[in-house]
Amino acid sequence: MAKLEYDESGRLLFTKEMKEEYTVLFPMMLPIHFTLLEKILRNHGLKAELLKTTHPQIVNYGLQNVHNDTCYPALLVIGQFMDALNSGKYDLHKTALMITQTGGGCRASNYIHLLRKALKKNNLDFVPVISFNIAGMEKNPGFKMSLGLISEMASAVIYGDLLMLLSNQTRPYEIHKGESDALIEEWVEKLTHESMNALRLKKNLYKIAESFSKIRIKKVDKVKVGVVGEIFIKYAPLGNNNLEDFLRKEDCETVVPGLLDFVIFMCDHHIDDVKFYHIRLMKGFASKLMKKLFTHLQNQMISVLKQFPQFRCPAPFDEIKSYAGGYVSSGNKMGEGWLLTAEMLELIHSGVENIVCTQPFGCLPNHIVGKGMIRKIREQHPQSNIVAIDYDPGATKINQENRIKLMLSMAKEKADSALRFEYVEPYFSGDTDEIRAAQ
Amino acid sequence: MNHTGSYLVGIDIGSTTVKVVVLDENKHLLFKQYERHHSKVREKTLEILRQTEELLKNRPFRVSISGSAGLGVSQSAKIQFVQEVFATKIACDRLLRDIDVVVELGGEDAKILFLTGGNEERMNGSCAGGTGAFIDQMASLLSMTVEELDNLSFSHKQIYNIASRCGVFAKSDIQPLLNQGANKADIAASIYQAIVNQTIAGLAQGREIKGKVAFLGGPLTFLYGLRQRFVEVLRLDEKHAVFPENAQFFVAIGAALDSMRDEATTYEDLIGRLLHAESHSGSISTLPPLFETQQDYDDFTARHHENHVETVDISAYSGGAYLGIDAGSTTTKIALITEEGELLFSYYASNFGQPLEVVKEQLGKLLALCGERITIKGSAVTGYGEELLKNAYHIDIGIVETTAHYYAARHFNPDVDFILDIGGQDMKCFKLKNGIVDSIMLNEACSSGCGSFIETFAVALGYGIADFAKLGLFAKNPVNLGSRCTVFMNSSVKQAQKDGAGVDDISAGLAISVIKNAVYKVIRARSIEELGEHIVVQGGTFLNDAILRAFELEIGKDVTRPTIAGLMGAYGAALYAREAGLERSALISAEELERFTHTSKMAECGLCTNHCKLTINTFNGKHKFITGNRCERPTGKAGKEQLPNAYTYKLEKLLSYQPVKGKRGRIGLPLGLNMYENLPFWYTLFTTLGFEVETSGISSRNMYVKGQHTIPSDTVCYPAKMLHGHIEELLEKGIQTIFYPCMPYNFNEETGDNHYNCPVVAYYPELLSANITALKDVRFLNPYFAPHARKAFTKKIGQYLLEQFGIPVKETRAAVDNAYDAFVAYKEDIFRFGDQALQYAKEHGKEVIILAGRPYHVDPEINHGIDKLITSLGLVVISEDCIDFAGHRKKVDVLNQWTYHSRLYNAAEYVTQHEHIHLVQLVSFGCGLDAITTDEVKNILESGSRFYTQIKIDEINNLGATKIRLRSLVEAIHTTQEQKDRVSVQ
Repeated sequence: MAKLEYDESGRLLFTKEMKEEYTVLFPMMLPIHFTLLEKILRNHGLKAELLKTTHPQIVNYGLQNVHNDTCYPALLVIGQFMDALNSGKYDLHKTALMITQTGGGCRASNYIHLLRKALKKNNLDFVPVISFNIAGMEKNPGFKMSLGLISEMASAVIYGDLLMLLSNQTRPYEIHKGESDALIEEWVEKLTHESMNALRLKKNLYKIAESFSKIRIKKVDKVKVGVVGEIFIKYAPLGNNNLEDFLRKEDCETVVPGLLDFVIFMCDHHIDDVKFYHIRLMKGFASKLMKKLFTHLQNQMISVLKQFPQFRCPAPFDEIKSYAGGYVSSGNKMGEGWLLTAEMLELIHSGVENIVCTQPFGCLPNHIVGKGMIRKIREQHPQSNIVAIDYDPGATKINQENRIKLMLSMAKEKADSALRFEYVEPYFSGDTDEIRAAQ
Repeated sequence: MNHTGSYLVGIDIGSTTVKVVVLDENKHLLFKQYERHHSKVREKTLEILRQTEELLKNRPFRVSISGSAGLGVSQSAKIQFVQEVFATKIACDRLLRDIDVVVELGGEDAKILFLTGGNEERMNGSCAGGTGAFIDQMASLLSMTVEELDNLSFSHKQIYNIASRCGVFAKSDIQPLLNQGANKADIAASIYQAIVNQTIAGLAQGREIKGKVAFLGGPLTFLYGLRQRFVEVLRLDEKHAVFPENAQFFVAIGAALDSMRDEATTYEDLIGRLLHAESHSGSISTLPPLFETQQDYDDFTARHHENHVETVDISAYSGGAYLGIDAGSTTTKIALITEEGELLFSYYASNFGQPLEVVKEQLGKLLALCGERITIKGSAVTGYGEELLKNAYHIDIGIVETTAHYYAARHFNPDVDFILDIGGQDMKCFKLKNGIVDSIMLNEACSSGCGSFIETFAVALGYGIADFAKLGLFAKNPVNLGSRCTVFMNSSVKQAQKDGAGVDDISAGLAISVIKNAVYKVIRARSIEELGEHIVVQGGTFLNDAILRAFELEIGKDVTRPTIAGLMGAYGAALYAREAGLERSALISAEELERFTHTSKMAECGLCTNHCKLTINTFNGKHKFITGNRCERPTGKAGKEQLPNAYTYKLEKLLSYQPVKGKRGRIGLPLGLNMYENLPFWYTLFTTLGFEVETSGISSRNMYVKGQHTIPSDTVCYPAKMLHGHIEELLEKGIQTIFYPCMPYNFNEETGDNHYNCPVVAYYPELLSANITALKDVRFLNPYFAPHARKAFTKKIGQYLLEQFGIPVKETRAAVDNAYDAFVAYKEDIFRFGDQALQYAKEHGKEVIILAGRPYHVDPEINHGIDKLITSLGLVVISEDCIDFAGHRKKVDVLNQWTYHSRLYNAAEYVTQHEHIHLVQLVSFGCGLDAITTDEVKNILESGSRFYTQIKIDEINNLGATKIRLRSLVEAIHTTQEQKDRVSVQ
């Protein structure tokens, strides 16, 4: 069994030995992307396992282990880990956990610490936790974020974004139900270690787009609904009570902005730190390089999509960024920062005027960049139709869905001009006292 | 297809009622019916529809269902569903002319529709009161019917501030008013005012309600007082306030009108579909039953019966006795015991909002029963009404609730180490260590889930509380309702009903959920061992066997529930009085009691910025007694000793930064959030540059109300919300330039891994800019600055002020130097005050509290005078920034990266090193970061065996729970000290 080793600050390390022996669990966020990520990690010699659990016990574990005023994503992610560790499925002395670490002024940067606290409280502090980040925080001998790995992951993000983007556009209209999902599965299977090579990217992107363009669809008018918000709640079905599923059943086309924009955003704000305050020059320089790489990849996807005019093509990062101008400064970088506001505006500009803005109950950055901007957006774009939905362990699906239904009613009314009414003189009989008596 | 040719039927199934309308081909209303459904949704709908048989038989018609509880029925019966707000909109579009805004209040929902100037519809969020159910709840709190409350509201003379966000908050504001004897008419009107405020702040969220406004829904149809409040507050004249006929049927009418698009159906078909609509229970999650067999229940009952108190016939007893009174928030409990602790007399009932009268009546009975035979040797009172009763009836001792409960609990279980008390309105739990209250957990701010909660549900479902509880005992499949707050629970129950759960399953589910709420939300137990070995449960709610059983099952352990569970506070007080060793109680005599009169008058104290709402009670026409005060100033007892208080010191200091006339004109700074710390910096910078710097001044409730209509997120913290009022204040002052910078980075004190501000402090200026329309007419400057990097900052602000005001960079550079100097000087001054306060405490043998929060907690509207409350208890108050921790990085288990929060960790560590200094943490409700800091601060303190006390603050202005905590803390400090002294003497 691997020896437990600690760094000078007392943090348990994930050693090379552990890499051979340990199963590394990581939580679900985006089904397509994270499945690809699992593949990449395995190819890099890690026994990675993506947690796909969704049962209610996860929330209970979360409530028991995280302060219940902490944001819902932390509660779910930590709940999912604790549930897995308690499931009996894993040899606890041969299991490690991997979690993303973003840094920055949002409390989300604390997830990894809250996870360690939860482990400690459950006497599981021998389970190592690996920080998954590209900023060089918390190094581990058994897991290195090499440039090769970063570049492969960037490819996975692009593949994931494209598959998500295309399937969202074909699924609601397909003639043979299930074709899009089958195609996703096929591609996720097909995209191998080699496909992650940046040089093969463009060719594969083209093949993917081509394959989706062959899905037979019946183009009818459907209400398009954009989904934005706090990153976990926006993407993870566990976090948003299967929002996309609900929207599909309501006969809508869902438009979800890709993950890559968030990745570039993470680099971009370091560059802005330099611009705004003239601080952290080194980080700014490194981020500039990263941004360049990611933007290059994004451009490849966009140029491929341009060849398929039937598909909606997302705006490049810098264009999205420009939309936030006049709303929030690009200095607003905690959480999703200005990107959230910009994504709503990008959706509206591209004709997706109905938007669900999702966030954990009491999400601090979203007070400002989400709910705080809706009024101004509606002022400037009166045709937009935005509903903000809070998610937490106490909120019920019925309440959330009712509010979304209201937004959809408005959207459908707009779409259905036949519904316009003329005024009719009402005729009323009986008086209110009578009714009052009936109560 | 000829759409206009057929009848239209609309069904609106709301949270509490079913409404059905039938319209003829000309959209004339032929039939309408409105009835409560008591959760028998489908049955009730069928019942009403059968009344339409004559109208609809042999005639095709179209039908739609709407309403918050209608979705399930519509799905199972395959009838078209219309979202209810949308249905309202359709009805309004068609039935009303030129309406700009529609306000609709329903049983549990509140909605607002803006029909002109950008269509917009909103419903109350998941955290909201201000609805019909809320009024019902408030009426029952005042023990009157809704009609009585409505009538009473017309004769109000003044309006109190009642928190409007959620029923739980409102209750905690109303209760003390009641206990202090405020006029019920005033309270009734204040409840309505709270609803109006909630509509403006919570629903309209920054959009003004103006133009022609239509009011819909049951409450606004029937409650004329509520109508009047809306009309007055919104300043509407008769033409602009529209109360349409049949307002409560609008959703149903809208549903009927919307059905025009659908296929026609027939009466038989509709009835048939509803009859065969299977309530699909697929998604319902259930739990194991509370009791499997009758035998289980019998064993359980027998076991708990063992914990009972002997009773002695009062008419036969003679000798000494002790009286205990627990004047709780809603109930009054009285116990008279013998020297042996046997019960002579007990009383447990609602105080009907008039604790003095109830006690007078019962005391009269009791004293008559005692006659000459029984001598009351001592008396003690505890609870919310403690001081009032103590003064009115000359009760010997007033004690804090925790002590009373501990005395009672250890009578049944001497080793007790954990007490859980669930009463009608509140939940308390305390852990005990060596006979000292070690930590207290109360249900504050969010969510209750207490006794009255179950009662409310029982009544809503048409049962008495006792029958309702019994139903749950043998329920086969208790519904899993999770653990959440009352407001959420309503919709969970709704969902369960929708899914076809029976009343018995709901009853059991509610009992389990109350317990889960207690265990996971209030106590936040991670493991059962954590609770303790010897658990005593009490409070009226535990007399409900379903709840007791649910608790035992949840923790997997037997607990002690005394048969007098509801009486424990009073019993404990009596036991306390017995231990006091008095010879004869000074208690009011029977004759005096008979002559006793009481009048009360409300007044506002103007002696400081807290503006306490005082109740001046007059007993027997002469003896005056004041309640509602935080300090002793209004009572005239002040002046004996002014203890150092950093909160008042800092506030006065900040107010000393007065505007100085200058060549560059006026500039306004809103005094909120981080400006409470950075004012000296910005003030000096701008004053040096020749600006006349005006602040918005100290916050007040009025200021908050002024700004509340522009708050877009109702779950953000109160200090942030307050800023909307501060901006309005500056605008009212006629200030044309307002400066409020965005500061993601704070000054760097080298106390953590980074030095951020929280996202709300960092970016709130952006939100203000986007939501306060009036800011467009002035110059609102909210640039991004990071003051920690001095060189870069100097360069950037030089550039900025040059661009904005044409100020030469050189001039700015000099002003920046001044600003940094002034900031350092300000901080050093606060440190100096801290030193002096600690010195004072040492010299005078006083204990010190570090009241640890944020710089903006100095705001008296935010701290509600808690600092003064502490000094009135005889302790010195300093704040977390009174001690210079610069450069000291406390190692903690979490990411230590926010400047303000690093101070908390350092302060906690400091306390563990100083015997006579203690820490109380102030936490703003909704503060996401404190969800992280509180656990950490607690850990630090507990690792040094020190008490951790947390006080959650919001707009609630009621210090009842706070007082319990602080007094318990003081008690614990003293007891610990005594124990230590004893050890050292030995």
